[in-house]
Amino acid sequence: MDISMSWLKDYVDVDVDVKTFVEDITLSGSKVEGYTEIAKDIAGVVVGKVLSIEKHPDADKLVITKIDVGAEEPLQIVTGAKNLYEGAYVPVATHGSTLANGVKIKKGKLRGVESNGMLCSVEELGCDRHDFPEAPENGIYIFPEPQELGADAKDCMDLEDTAVEFEITSNRPDCFSMVGLARETAATYKKEFRFPEISVKEEAEGDINDMVSVEIQNPELCPRYVARVVKNVKIGPSPRWMRKRLRAVGIRPINNIVDITNYVMQELGQPMHAFSIDTIKDHKIIVRNAKEGETFTTLDGVERKLDPSMLVISDPEKAVAVAGVMGGENSMITGDTAAVLFESANFNGPSVRITAKKLGMRTDASSKYEKGLDPNICQTCADRAAQLVELLGVGEVVKGSVDCYPAPLAPWTLSYDPEWINALLGTNVSEEEMAQIFERIELKVDRENHVVTVPTFRPDLEAQADLAEEVARFYGYDKIEPTLAAGTPTVGKMTYAQKITAMVKQAMIANGLSEAMHFTFESPKVFDKLRIAKDSKLRDVVKIANPLGEDFSVMRTTTLNGMLNSLSTNYNRRNEMAALFEVGKIYLPKSLPLTELPDEPHRLTIGLYGKDMDFFAAKGIFGYLFKVLGMEDKVEYRAEKELPFMHPGRTAVMEIDGCDIGFVGELHPLVAENYDIGTRVYLGVVDVDALVEESDLVKAYRPLPKFPAVTRDISMVIKEEVPVREIEKVIAANAGKHLESITLFDVYTGAQIENGFKSVSYSIKFRAEDRTLVEEDVTGAMKRVLDALEKELGAILREK
Amino acid sequence: MKDKLRNIHETALKALSEVTEAKALDEMKVSLLGKKGELTAILKGMKDLTAEERPIIGEMANKVRADIEAKIDEMKKELAAAELERRLETETLDVTMPGKECACGHKHPMSIVIDEITDIFRGMGYSIAEGPEVEKDYYNFEALNIPANHPAKDEQDTFYINGDILLRTQTSPVQVRVMEKGELPIRVVCPGAVYRSDEVDATHSPIFHQLEGLVVDKGITMGDLKGALAVFAKELFGEDTKVRFRPHHFPFTEPSAEMDVTCFACGGEGCRVCKGEGYIELLGCGMVHPKVLRMSGIDPDVYSGFAFGMGLERVAMQRYGITDLRLLFENDMKFLKQF
Repeated sequence: MDISMSWLKDYVDVDVDVKTFVEDITLSGSKVEGYTEIAKDIAGVVVGKVLSIEKHPDADKLVITKIDVGAEEPLQIVTGAKNLYEGAYVPVATHGSTLANGVKIKKGKLRGVESNGMLCSVEELGCDRHDFPEAPENGIYIFPEPQELGADAKDCMDLEDTAVEFEITSNRPDCFSMVGLARETAATYKKEFRFPEISVKEEAEGDINDMVSVEIQNPELCPRYVARVVKNVKIGPSPRWMRKRLRAVGIRPINNIVDITNYVMQELGQPMHAFSIDTIKDHKIIVRNAKEGETFTTLDGVERKLDPSMLVISDPEKAVAVAGVMGGENSMITGDTAAVLFESANFNGPSVRITAKKLGMRTDASSKYEKGLDPNICQTCADRAAQLVELLGVGEVVKGSVDCYPAPLAPWTLSYDPEWINALLGTNVSEEEMAQIFERIELKVDRENHVVTVPTFRPDLEAQADLAEEVARFYGYDKIEPTLAAGTPTVGKMTYAQKITAMVKQAMIANGLSEAMHFTFESPKVFDKLRIAKDSKLRDVVKIANPLGEDFSVMRTTTLNGMLNSLSTNYNRRNEMAALFEVGKIYLPKSLPLTELPDEPHRLTIGLYGKDMDFFAAKGIFGYLFKVLGMEDKVEYRAEKELPFMHPGRTAVMEIDGCDIGFVGELHPLVAENYDIGTRVYLGVVDVDALVEESDLVKAYRPLPKFPAVTRDISMVIKEEVPVREIEKVIAANAGKHLESITLFDVYTGAQIENGFKSVSYSIKFRAEDRTLVEEDVTGAMKRVLDALEKELGAILREK
Repeated sequence: MKDKLRNIHETALKALSEVTEAKALDEMKVSLLGKKGELTAILKGMKDLTAEERPIIGEMANKVRADIEAKIDEMKKELAAAELERRLETETLDVTMPGKECACGHKHPMSIVIDEITDIFRGMGYSIAEGPEVEKDYYNFEALNIPANHPAKDEQDTFYINGDILLRTQTSPVQVRVMEKGELPIRVVCPGAVYRSDEVDATHSPIFHQLEGLVVDKGITMGDLKGALAVFAKELFGEDTKVRFRPHHFPFTEPSAEMDVTCFACGGEGCRVCKGEGYIELLGCGMVHPKVLRMSGIDPDVYSGFAFGMGLERVAMQRYGITDLRLLFENDMKFLKQF
């Protein structure tokens, strides 16, 4: 919403500079987005009179003029303009002056002839023919009346103004108007607010009630319809003052009748429409829902398909406007319109909004209607339009108006408790000051009973809390003393799950992984990219009904796509390595179609590529994590060939008590190809909720060993497919109570080892808490271990 | 023999004091004191001496031996010291060469901002609450006093799953879920991802992050709201930060406000970052609307509260001078390593 500062002064005396004004009005609740000082840069352009025009000796297209600018000597100015004549009054940019676009004018020579300035077109003064319809299309502006020579052209043309742009919140439809903001201004500065004085002479013959009838078929969507008629209309440009005001608030002047409707809309906030009355059959207005399949051509010449949810203004035969959105081509004002019907109606806000949205045409009118307007202002606005017609002398107003208003809206009352308001705000505003604040915004106050009557243009005032805000606004938010809440003390806790999540992130960072962030919706095509089977449960997704596009249309059920995209980005930007992790949600529907909210479990995902990365690097990251979370002994790794997106020989599922909690391994080369990654990629995903469940942060100190350990190294040759984990299990089961640790230190295949076998070496450490172990303590245990390895796993021991 | 010993004594001590290498010292030790050494030879010859001479010469020989041994020890230390000196002299490094750093990872800038903000509020007694991102229309709108057909529903351009379920457009529904639990007093912050139908560009993303705060207790005032948020702003942006509260409108708070903070770039003088205003808009806030309290089962005649909400991407972008939001989702290592 833009306002003109010079226009604002019609309703309230603002005497502060614009910078102060925007600050003050912002702090009282009408936020200013910015302001423009129109024509501020123009300087040194004066009124001059053409004394003589001579041909330029060396240029056919130029003339040499002598211009009287009120100085002793006339100025010689060379120009190419064709529309000049002797005696014309023109704007003259003298030497050293500045034009609207900031260009500085200096004297100089044009084809050898001295020129001491420039004669100006309206464009050079920041305007166009909408501002000055009398200006020639190409040529110098010529004042229609004689002016004082040497006077500032900016003043003579009335160019200056300040336009202030407001961001009005949706709860304040009243502020989408000059008077609304003037009311706020007056309340902010404790000044008097002057509503425009409105009276109509009604000099035309006849009575509107004999000419026009209005029928509202759907009073829910159209609570009120007021019509006025103007005869003997003389369509033409509206006067400069009106055009200037409209331009300042961002509206293009069209002709006097249209300009009047726009002027009233800007001034009072009520959209108006003007119909050419002769196009309305029987002069009968019917407000009705559109018919199924009805089409209608709007003012902009576009044919629109309507549906029965939309409200139209119609005559007995045809629609003439989409209510509150746009008029029709069939009833528009043209140059030869002789009589006009002004519509000042109230339409249901949401209905206008939805209609405008469906038709894809948000207009000035619809954007005002959609906020919900005050039906009680319709008559005033119709009168205002009629008054302006008379003021401009562009038609004769017919007596009376048709007002169809089946259920008038009455002002309502609210009671308030000054103590409650002060308690909520933390203030100590006196009862009287509150009452005065209410009166300044035109509430009627019953001081004794603490009741206010709310005018219907303030639909936002529904309850006491709303009144508290009014008090706070005009008392001043800045005057409310900041305090630190006393109340019941609370402890700023983290839940256990939040703590574990933080530890997970910390562990990843300690392992050299950087945190990534991904979109949580993606394309359903990712399942194919990841080679996920057509019947996989992962394809049961939460679908967005109105996505930005297919690429963002389903909530992810796996975190792999995001991670792989990031790795791909890094790879294709030639980053030598990448090590990323993400802790994020996946979205798993409980059933489809969705009837209840989906599960949103958290997943830790890691992704790596680069020189030092391999399966064991990835696995080691999880090993570290499980250690940090005190759960390393619970997790088993099982070779997994069935994950379609993973390398079948280099992937392990991580499980606890037979339940999968995640996997780690190398990415399937075909998937790597799908993501355009030309190197081996290592991935791992683990269920964060399982980590929360299985973690054990309780630590107990064990005394440091007092006695030395005994270490035995063994080497064995064993079938290649036997996992070392199996060997370790056998050792652990047989090494007895003094076993302290088993450390794998060598795995070898190749020369000297039979094909299909491998050599595996362990260091086994024994220790007793209460004494130094002797040879005999260990030999027995070692013998049992070796026997078991031979018997259970077919290991052939190599002496060490 | 005495002369011989004296001679050995003198020449040995002299020779020893001139030794410059540990190896030469060792050789000398052998030649002087070893089995085939001169002194040993003398001692061996003692058996031919008279009984009177023997103790004298013996004593003398022992002294010579002791002196030589002492000298050898002394020289050993001296040589070792000299050797160490030499070694230290040669062992120099170019200390300007790079150190060996552990390859630590990096937190995402958004996480840094979220953690920092939640830490500030935890210090003020707020817990961290979370809620679903796929949310019911009721929690996202209705329970927040945004009825069907309210323009706010349009303004936020919601992603719908179906008529009742949507992607939350704000973290505010977590407020409602916390209030519904009915455990009073409430002091929570709720950080999280939210969704709005904006095309991706340098300053827009259909997924971004917000942080919501809620306090409900007996006797909470708008002064408390101002106090808490002023403390927060100072903690986040520095002691000199000033805040400004402007009236605003949110359906779920009344009175409502927007809080601006003095521009971190110019400190309030007005610059390019704050578009000359001196202030930057940080968050929306207000006193919890009595309707909202009541809908969540809290009696607005007994309890009052305040709530606030802010976009976090903007905080991160302003803090780090990031000009393109898309960088946050690309996860380029060259980007992440900067944090």
